[in-house]
Amino acid sequence: MAPAPVPTPVPTPVPTPVPDTGIARYARGLIKYRWPVLIACFALVGFIASQARFLVINDDYRYFFKDDDPQLLAFNELQDTYNKNDNILFVVAPKDGQVFSKDALPAIEELTRQAWQIPFSTRVDSITNFQHTYAEADDLIVEDLVTDSAGLSSETVAHARRVALAEPLLRNRLIPEDTAVTGVNVTLELPGKETGEQRPAVAHARKLVEDMRTQYPDLDFFLTGFVMLNNAFEEASTHDMTTLVPLMYLVIAVMMALLLRSVSGTVATLLVIAMSVMVTMGATAWIGIPLSPPSAIAPTLVMTLAVADSIHILVTLIQEMRRGRGKHEAIVESLRLNMQPVFLTSLTTVIGFSSLNFAEVTSLNDLGNITTIGVTAAFVLSVTLLPALAAVLPLRVKPAETTATGMDRLADFIIARRKPVLALSALLVAGLAALVPTNMLNDQFIHYFDEALDFRRDTDFATTNLTGIYQIEFSLPAGSPGAISEPEFLNTIDQFAQWYRSQENVLHVDVLSDTMKRLNKNMHGDDPGYYRIPESREMSAQYLLLYEMSLPYGLDLNNRINVDKSATRMVVTLEDVATDRMRGLTEQGEDWLKTHAPTYMHVAGSGPPVMFSYLTVRNSIGMFQGTLLAFLMITFTLIFALRSLKYGLISLIPNLVPSIAAFGLWALMDGQINFGLTVVSALSIGVVVDDTVHFLSKYVRARREKGLDTEAAIRYAFSTVGRAMTVTTLVLILGFMIMMMSNFDMNEGMGKLTAMTLALALITDFLMLPALLLSLAPKQEALAGLPTQPAVPVS
Amino acid sequence: MKVFWILSGLMAATMAFALTPEARRGLEIAREADTRDLGFGDFTADMEMILTNRQGKSSTRILRNRTLEQENDGDKLLVLFDNPRDVKGTAFLAFTHRQGPDDQWLYLPSLKRVKRISSGNKSGPFMGSEFAYEDLTSQEVDKYRYRFLGTENLNGIEAFKLERRPVDPKSGYTRQLVWYDQKEYRIYKIEFYDRKDALLKTLTYEGYQQYLGKYWRADRMFMQNHQTGKSTELRWKKYDFRTGLSDRNFDRNALKRAR
Repeated sequence: MAPAPVPTPVPTPVPTPVPDTGIARYARGLIKYRWPVLIACFALVGFIASQARFLVINDDYRYFFKDDDPQLLAFNELQDTYNKNDNILFVVAPKDGQVFSKDALPAIEELTRQAWQIPFSTRVDSITNFQHTYAEADDLIVEDLVTDSAGLSSETVAHARRVALAEPLLRNRLIPEDTAVTGVNVTLELPGKETGEQRPAVAHARKLVEDMRTQYPDLDFFLTGFVMLNNAFEEASTHDMTTLVPLMYLVIAVMMALLLRSVSGTVATLLVIAMSVMVTMGATAWIGIPLSPPSAIAPTLVMTLAVADSIHILVTLIQEMRRGRGKHEAIVESLRLNMQPVFLTSLTTVIGFSSLNFAEVTSLNDLGNITTIGVTAAFVLSVTLLPALAAVLPLRVKPAETTATGMDRLADFIIARRKPVLALSALLVAGLAALVPTNMLNDQFIHYFDEALDFRRDTDFATTNLTGIYQIEFSLPAGSPGAISEPEFLNTIDQFAQWYRSQENVLHVDVLSDTMKRLNKNMHGDDPGYYRIPESREMSAQYLLLYEMSLPYGLDLNNRINVDKSATRMVVTLEDVATDRMRGLTEQGEDWLKTHAPTYMHVAGSGPPVMFSYLTVRNSIGMFQGTLLAFLMITFTLIFALRSLKYGLISLIPNLVPSIAAFGLWALMDGQINFGLTVVSALSIGVVVDDTVHFLSKYVRARREKGLDTEAAIRYAFSTVGRAMTVTTLVLILGFMIMMMSNFDMNEGMGKLTAMTLALALITDFLMLPALLLSLAPKQEALAGLPTQPAVPVS
Repeated sequence: MKVFWILSGLMAATMAFALTPEARRGLEIAREADTRDLGFGDFTADMEMILTNRQGKSSTRILRNRTLEQENDGDKLLVLFDNPRDVKGTAFLAFTHRQGPDDQWLYLPSLKRVKRISSGNKSGPFMGSEFAYEDLTSQEVDKYRYRFLGTENLNGIEAFKLERRPVDPKSGYTRQLVWYDQKEYRIYKIEFYDRKDALLKTLTYEGYQQYLGKYWRADRMFMQNHQTGKSTELRWKKYDFRTGLSDRNFDRNALKRAR
């Protein structure tokens, strides 16, 4: 948004009459019908805002993905074939660091039993209800590994520990090698019809943890899993909406009061902003866009961007009144001067945010569209409601003036040291640009949430002490119905699992061949020599039949084997790895299948982390195109607005440099690029460009209208808009810094990087741009080449 | 044996009087249904089991069923697996009991061995279907506690509506709602509620045929799982009553010989 035309250093004692342009006529009409305008504004805003009651928050992580996302489709099919993997994982940590004790086991047993009561639960897996199989003469015994643990002998407990650690299904999944903690995994089958379905389940799980903590004070309990992840999405959105918005409001109130030193002006601004946000939320609900992180940050963004319009108009208004105009004439003059720049800066902002539609992440498209609605609403209200309010409210002006001596000194400095400034800044930018490629795309969705959230802390605990949350899933086809029992197939998946186990970062592989080997051993009197794949297809099929008939409710194999037994699901659990490693391990696995398995087994890995890891890449490609288009469109807008190809092209430098420099600095500070950061260039360009527009238009006007030479024109630009640019940029930086307080890392990073970009934009406009203009100026000022027509009157 | 009957009759009567009117009425209806099916002796039938997942993909298993009525215990049951091919020749034998866990054996032709299934579990899916073992075996009266909930018109059939709660703590259900038609005491619908008392499955019976002028059997049973979207259909064919089966056809040795 555009900087405010803060007091010019040379006040004109007798104001000239306002020219009778179309905009002036519009402004006069507005003042004449101020009351009907006000009533109409309030009624319309009230109506649109009332729609906000239909606003929904979408908390499903799957909402990040487009409906036709290939990985999402593959994953949905996998979930339809087997069972869904929405889960809640309880991590139980005895304070004495031993799960296999007579104190801890009863608690785990109790938790396992109680977990069946969680709404939508369909399955509960723990070390106590693990279906332990063994042989006794010709009997196949299938029973819970641990029952009635309170009365168990220490030998029995030790035996259970040995069994659990020897079991590939359990070790490093539900029990780590040191047996210091254990997991109770609850699988949920959510109906998938509306958002927030998981809330009763989450509430139940939390209550359960609370009860368990009271009942078993010597144990600690943690909660993670995908259901908790979805819930964290919702909680982060709600946090952003309820804490950041009021905070932003406060900041704007303080800034406006300081800048305008007028109660009425501040009240009017706050009204315009509040109503812009209300319209935004109402229209969002009306269109049917759900809020989700990161689009839940949109209200804060709209407020930040909307405030600049008001600053613009009110500051000129007050300045004109100080010059001696009556209030109504001052309103007319302010609108005449500001209508076009406010429109232009709103337009560039809209272009920037619209380009977010190039993102692959639905939520980011929403963020762009919601903000676009908000910026448009803010523009409309700033040129209707705001002047009408100003006409109605009492407005007094104190004759306080300050001269922009700091700005003059800055201008002197640039003019004196143009060469070193340009050289140094060019060098710095080149250096930072070289760092940009060292940034890595990474979307570890657990890291989206900061440590203030229980979800993140609990998940970190689980990842450090028990197992990973990132999984690659394969639905491995065996070729034909029943063929999962083929020895060849079982051997292949066994080798596949072994291959994964030998890779770095792999914690656990859940594969059917392990169960088959165990059953084969059980069928032969627990002879360890038979711990191998059964010899014939019939054997495997019949063992499976026997085993399946022995399993209790909820612990069947339907989540591992499809209905006609033609495919099985294999799940690889990884450490907390970055998305490129995630992609790498997925693709290497796929390659392994291509090399070692028959053609019908050449399938792709799937699962939420795999989906995220591919989305990261597609999204950044989309946003690269979107950003490029936004830059192009904005450059054309500037060429048109400045009516000069030359200055339009020069504007590319101060518009591009801040983004490049910011990403370069980011490489030094953080180096990880998530979805949120891929849109920063696109969204900041629309904002960054405003400073460029103001500086360049002042400079061009000084050259064309006042016939000043380059140096004088630069001094003129500094003295007229220098302070205004500083103030508005400061407001924007503060706004984006408030986003940094979001619990959602994507918003936090987006706020941080955008604030950096804006600060760098101001520095570029104050140092690099004037130095560049001075260096590009011909030795002999050739004014004849410039058109005499005035540029768009930017204040 | 007479003494046993008199004693158990007395016990049942005593228990019945200790019950609430709803429980007594419920038990009466369940008894009546059971009584009407007494004396069939034995029967054989072929069964087709069609499993369908959420996507609509289906898979079929073919089984043969032999049931032998027992005078003072649950029925004996022999199931022969014909399809899928890999389990052809596998045979399952169960002695259901009025009280306590059933005895179960499985003959594995690939091993040529009979394995006893030593598991109190009976709530798991039968051959990957939506039917649990406990849904398929004889519905002994003593395995549940009943409560009469009233009469209801079920798609044009005047029905008794009962609630029954399994006695066995290892059951996968907290309770079931059962609809019997008032005329013939045939089950038309059962709703199964899981451990957290949420509706898990609905079983509907269709195409009742009468055999030997007395015994009703449904041609089609359809089980819908509401939580997973999966379903299983059972199609019964070739019902044959009083085929001359005896206890000798229902022991461990018979398992191996069964064809």
